[in-house]
Amino acid sequence: MTTRTTQEEEAARPALTSKTGGVRAERLFSWWTLATGLLVLAVLALILITTTKQAWPVFQDMGLRFISSSTWDPNPASGNPVFGALAFIYGTAVSSLIALLIGVPISIGIALFLTELAPRRLRGSAVMVVDMLAAIPSVVFGLWGVLVLAPLLVPVYRWIHDVFAPVPGLKSIFGEPVGTGRSFMTAGIILAIMIIPIVTSISREVMSTVPQANKDAAFALGATQWEMITGAVFPHSFGGLVGAVMLGLGRAMGETIAVSLVIGGATNITPNVFAGGNSMAAVIVQQFGESTGTFTAALIGLGVVLFALTVVINVAARVVVRRAEIRVQGAAT
Amino acid sequence: MTTTVPPAERAAAGPPSLRHSALAPRRRITNRVALAAITLALVVAVVPLAWVTISVLARGFEIMSWQFLTEDIPNSYRRHGPGMAPAIVGTFLITGMAALLAVPLGVFGAIYLNEYGKQKPLAQVIRTMADVMTGVPSIVMGLFIYTVVVVATGEQTGFAGSLALACLMLPIVIRSSEEILRLVPDELRQASLALGARQWRTILTVVVPAAISGIVSGALLAIARAAGETAPLVATIGIAFTVNPNLFSGQNTALPAQIFRNASQPFEGAQERAWGAALTLVVIVIVFTVLARVVVSRFAIKER
Amino acid sequence: MPDPFTPGAPADSSREAQAPAAAQAGPEVHFTPQEAAPEAQDKERQKDSLQPLMELRGVSVFYGDFEAVRDTDLPIGQNRITAMIGPSGCGKSTILRALNRMNDLIPGARVSGTVTFHGQDIYAAGVDPIQVRRRIGMVFQKPNPFPKSIYDNIAYGLRINGLKGRLDDQVEQALTGAALWDEVKDKLKMSAFALSGGQQQRLCIARAIAVQPEVILMDEPCSALDPISTGKIEDLMRELAERYTIVIVTHNMQQAARVSHFTAFFTAEVDDRQVRYGRLVEFNDTDRLFTNPTDERTEAYVTGRFG
Repeated sequence: MTTRTTQEEEAARPALTSKTGGVRAERLFSWWTLATGLLVLAVLALILITTTKQAWPVFQDMGLRFISSSTWDPNPASGNPVFGALAFIYGTAVSSLIALLIGVPISIGIALFLTELAPRRLRGSAVMVVDMLAAIPSVVFGLWGVLVLAPLLVPVYRWIHDVFAPVPGLKSIFGEPVGTGRSFMTAGIILAIMIIPIVTSISREVMSTVPQANKDAAFALGATQWEMITGAVFPHSFGGLVGAVMLGLGRAMGETIAVSLVIGGATNITPNVFAGGNSMAAVIVQQFGESTGTFTAALIGLGVVLFALTVVINVAARVVVRRAEIRVQGAAT
Repeated sequence: MTTTVPPAERAAAGPPSLRHSALAPRRRITNRVALAAITLALVVAVVPLAWVTISVLARGFEIMSWQFLTEDIPNSYRRHGPGMAPAIVGTFLITGMAALLAVPLGVFGAIYLNEYGKQKPLAQVIRTMADVMTGVPSIVMGLFIYTVVVVATGEQTGFAGSLALACLMLPIVIRSSEEILRLVPDELRQASLALGARQWRTILTVVVPAAISGIVSGALLAIARAAGETAPLVATIGIAFTVNPNLFSGQNTALPAQIFRNASQPFEGAQERAWGAALTLVVIVIVFTVLARVVVSRFAIKER
Repeated sequence: MPDPFTPGAPADSSREAQAPAAAQAGPEVHFTPQEAAPEAQDKERQKDSLQPLMELRGVSVFYGDFEAVRDTDLPIGQNRITAMIGPSGCGKSTILRALNRMNDLIPGARVSGTVTFHGQDIYAAGVDPIQVRRRIGMVFQKPNPFPKSIYDNIAYGLRINGLKGRLDDQVEQALTGAALWDEVKDKLKMSAFALSGGQQQRLCIARAIAVQPEVILMDEPCSALDPISTGKIEDLMRELAERYTIVIVTHNMQQAARVSHFTAFFTAEVDDRQVRYGRLVEFNDTDRLFTNPTDERTEAYVTGRFG
């Protein structure tokens, strides 16, 4: 058998231009997948639009006092309700700051452990510890925090308070601890535990891109391991670590349930970290059930502020991480 | 610190010591301390993990019983005793419905990103926004669905909670599925296209089957995450003390919501139930997490 | 201007003076004493004039603004094996992928000139690349079976063409055509990855011929295989040439000499702006190209002085 094409085969063969084999299916499918991708943008936009609209009456009424006034009085005996969220913004800031101060060094330490120190066999278990931390629901952390940790911390706080009592300045930070242990500090500790997984994971990603060549160069000069880390790993990953910290901040600010259980629920602005207070996210869940009308709108308004803040921080964080990646890739090539 | 000594002098001083002690003490100690601190970090992370686990196990077991899993919730916080059945049923139904919504949509979104959009600007924007969306506080999702669904329909339902959880899960499923699709070797796509298959067929019959174990694993992890979320449910599902199998009518409850309510009560009975619910929830989450790992290791397409 | 489609005429225009003489002489057949009988019979067929099933005229392939391969004129003889040889980076694989529009998958890739198949330009407006690829199949350098069973790998292409139900006969036919049937007939449901490298590549060949293409393009099909598997696939190629038209890119000159009827030699050049690009240097009967190349660059390559 030599040539295959005969006259009849030529005629039977459809032209190269014929559109068989699911052309319409291709168009439908690609449009459908695009639509689901766009869903992300649609939902984000809708969140912003609908919640702002719902909260608008309160925004209009309070104006900038919404974020600058510390009076939060939804059900006054007389007169109009006042919704000033400053105390909650303060509480969010303080608890998040404490979370970063405690959680970031631990996370970077774990990330360093995983990338530089861990022997192969230990690495899997260490990663599993971090993953398990991430898997525990935040409400369980909150439960443990309020019923187990907070009461146990009260004597610790008291001791620290006594230690710093004579020191001016610090004594107002480490003031009289609240009896239940529910305070900014406790909230900060719980938040620190909860941001460890995300900060560790991003830090690890960033640190693992350090070229072995840089590390070898440091060792070849006679550096100790720690000197190699400060000389080769940190400079290379600095930008990415900043991004990781920002992501941790975003997570801390948005954490609602665990914080609301351990922060104390008091509308309070004080430098005393052992005092009770409240955060934006926490006050929403605490008071939503009993709220109606304008009150509900005000709580939704808090949600809008929280949304805006976390989106801005997240976008900035991603930009920082990506730019750091590009910069070090450029340097490496 | 080591000062530079001219080679001639160094040679005259004899061969250099290669022992540990030759290293300047400050450097040696700094190194030791730093490495110890790094290892300590891991230990510090283990402590809360272990402590929480032990607390939940110990206190949860105290109240755990068949009745706890099957009886209705007492409608007074003062009362002692079980159960949590409505919350268990609620968790499964609400999370299940959320998964039904979010997983298929998320996988298709990932297909768009990795197979069609790739590096085009729109795809980059969607990718970044999906990442941003994973950082949106879950309470905001709850408020969103409250505004759009609960206010519109006038009632709190389990389905509203499912919608809120689905908003939470969507970006997680998209990103994890996209990672998996990226791992499918391009040669497989080329082989299929060279045979004259169109892209949709290549994706559905070659790429997705090759990636399926990773996609399923990612979905299971997203479900585990959603099952533990409380904030989205607070504004959307209300509360129930008896089992409500209807997601579309009537208020409902779920384990995380129950834990939250009971944890802030001063009554011992309520607190006991909170621990029991916590144990149940943690078990469910662990099961899904372990299942996710098993799926990947057992069914992953063997790499050549 | 000599017709580049007459065998024996080099594509490089700088050799114009020599061309007429070569075109007028009848095609010569060179027998080297070491050749075994079967190869001699194959080469006999070169006495027939070249019937091009596909033709490239003035084809350049661009990646964005970069002209990677310039101005290629090449006939692909029906039921013949055409080999493309040359050093790395000379554009052979690029040209191969232009034959079934696989370059379309690379963003920014563009083809100028005409690539005709049965006289029709496959890059013309209105031509569906899917249809092109159903008729012009491809086997890749590294065997890439689908992560499915042996049976399903073959059935995949058949199902694309709309065949439903049990496809046992067609699967058997394809596997027989790829000289793999006897080795796998009892294990059709096994994963394709259970096969050895050489068997996987034959499976990929079977998968390609299952859709009954007219042309099979092979991009260095043996470079990832051991010598014994390579030998089996070379034997298979000779069988396949009876039913299909084969174009093979190979790094292995001896393979081209053993297996092909016609050979195209490509090389990489540098233009006056220091940009490196690929170009077809010479196209001829395989025997003639190897024993009596017209271009000195060809001679340098085939005698091993470079590349």
